[in-house]
Amino acid sequence: MPDQSHLPQQPQQPQQPSRIQPVLQLEQLTRVHGSGATEVHALRGVNLSVLPGELVAVMGPSGSGKSTLLTIAGGLDSPTSGRVVVEGTDITRASRKQLATLRRRSIGYVFQDYNLIPALTAAENVSLPRELDGLSARKARVSALAALEEMDLGHLADRFPDEMSGGQQQRVAIARALVGDRRLVLADEPTGALDSETGESVLALLRARCEAGAAGILVTHEPRFAAWADRVVFLRDGSVVDETMRSGAESLLAVGGPDAAGQAGLK
Amino acid sequence: MSIRHGLLALLEQGPRYGSQLRTEFESRTGATWPLNVGQVYTTLSRLERDGMVAPDGDDDAGHPLYAITDAGRAELHQWFERPVDRTSPPRDELAIKLAMAIGAPGVDIRAVIQAQRHATLKAMQDYTRLKAQALIAVESGVGQETHRGRDDMAWLLVLEQLIFQTEAEARWLDHSESRLVRLSASAARGATPPQAGPSEPSPAPAAAAGGRKPRSASARFGRH
Repeated sequence: MPDQSHLPQQPQQPQQPSRIQPVLQLEQLTRVHGSGATEVHALRGVNLSVLPGELVAVMGPSGSGKSTLLTIAGGLDSPTSGRVVVEGTDITRASRKQLATLRRRSIGYVFQDYNLIPALTAAENVSLPRELDGLSARKARVSALAALEEMDLGHLADRFPDEMSGGQQQRVAIARALVGDRRLVLADEPTGALDSETGESVLALLRARCEAGAAGILVTHEPRFAAWADRVVFLRDGSVVDETMRSGAESLLAVGGPDAAGQAGLK
Repeated sequence: MSIRHGLLALLEQGPRYGSQLRTEFESRTGATWPLNVGQVYTTLSRLERDGMVAPDGDDDAGHPLYAITDAGRAELHQWFERPVDRTSPPRDELAIKLAMAIGAPGVDIRAVIQAQRHATLKAMQDYTRLKAQALIAVESGVGQETHRGRDDMAWLLVLEQLIFQTEAEARWLDHSESRLVRLSASAARGATPPQAGPSEPSPAPAAAAGGRKPRSASARFGRH
């Protein structure tokens, strides 16, 4: 193992006014699979907070712990130690019932293969989590249609998954992930099965939803898609070894663009 | 060469004066490659020497105008038809740096790679941000054959070129790192390098082929 002492072991979180609560906080997260000689440390003390309005991309080589991080953040797997706080609740201490409720109400997932139910229309797919949460079918439909409209997907409401393109299905899956009050979206390679330009439209939607107040984690191995995030976190062997922030809005205004002709160049 | 042909392309749309050419060149390319007015005049005088442009009087404000000649037009069209030469690549500082880092005493090549990946990803994030804005500008002006619309589209193309270029660099860094890790691991074991194969499966094709990840069924809608 080469010397890594030059790398930040616990990257600084961005300075934010303290009144903004993170939607998701991972604290000193470890996950060990197996024991003894076959012990595998999938995560080794990972800290990560995601604020409302923020999209964080997680990158790293195969086996670096990206997917483990996402499944633990979503309450689909439990950490060996550490805390997972979603909307103020530590889900590692929650009862089974609380956890199920939290997952239904607070967390949305987006997968590489869309996971829409084939026998349901787009609107029914999006209203399902609301119905499961006890809303009447009518109210759930109203809320689903509102979510679809807000993302310019209203025209797809009555289509079945096999009547939609991959990109359309994935956008409907994002609508489903964020219907109602849910504002944490966990996306695992959401562009993996899409061509370059369609993948981009999915990222643009995810980015827009985060700008509208959601918090997102995007696991991807594609740098071009990770570049849509506010922050890119690099995992290696279960540890965060680096993270990059995009430049602030002010410095971006100073570069490039047709309006900037005559000003300094990009570098 | 690109300045020369860039100026010819602008002059094909009508006579222009020096600083006007500079402004239009930069608004097409989003000031990514800034020109100084001296470069413009040097290039114009060479083009004039080669018979590709000719003086064309003054405009109302007294700026000396240049016009493209038939020879200039022929040269411009040849330029569009001829692919850019990729057989003699320009020196790449990063490639030279990594090549020199191999075996250099006191240099951790993985740290060199990580520092570059950080810088490269950050540049991509910034370009992508600008691109998101450019996309909005282009989409709001769809169907408008305006000067402004052409500039927005040209700027988007240039930005995307920068994004794809930085992406290629990031991928190459990832690839180099995993190769180095694999080689040093097998050197440590004193073994021959393992055959490249199923050790690092790419997630995309498997799932694209329709395989559902087992965990997703139970994950749906947060139910167990």
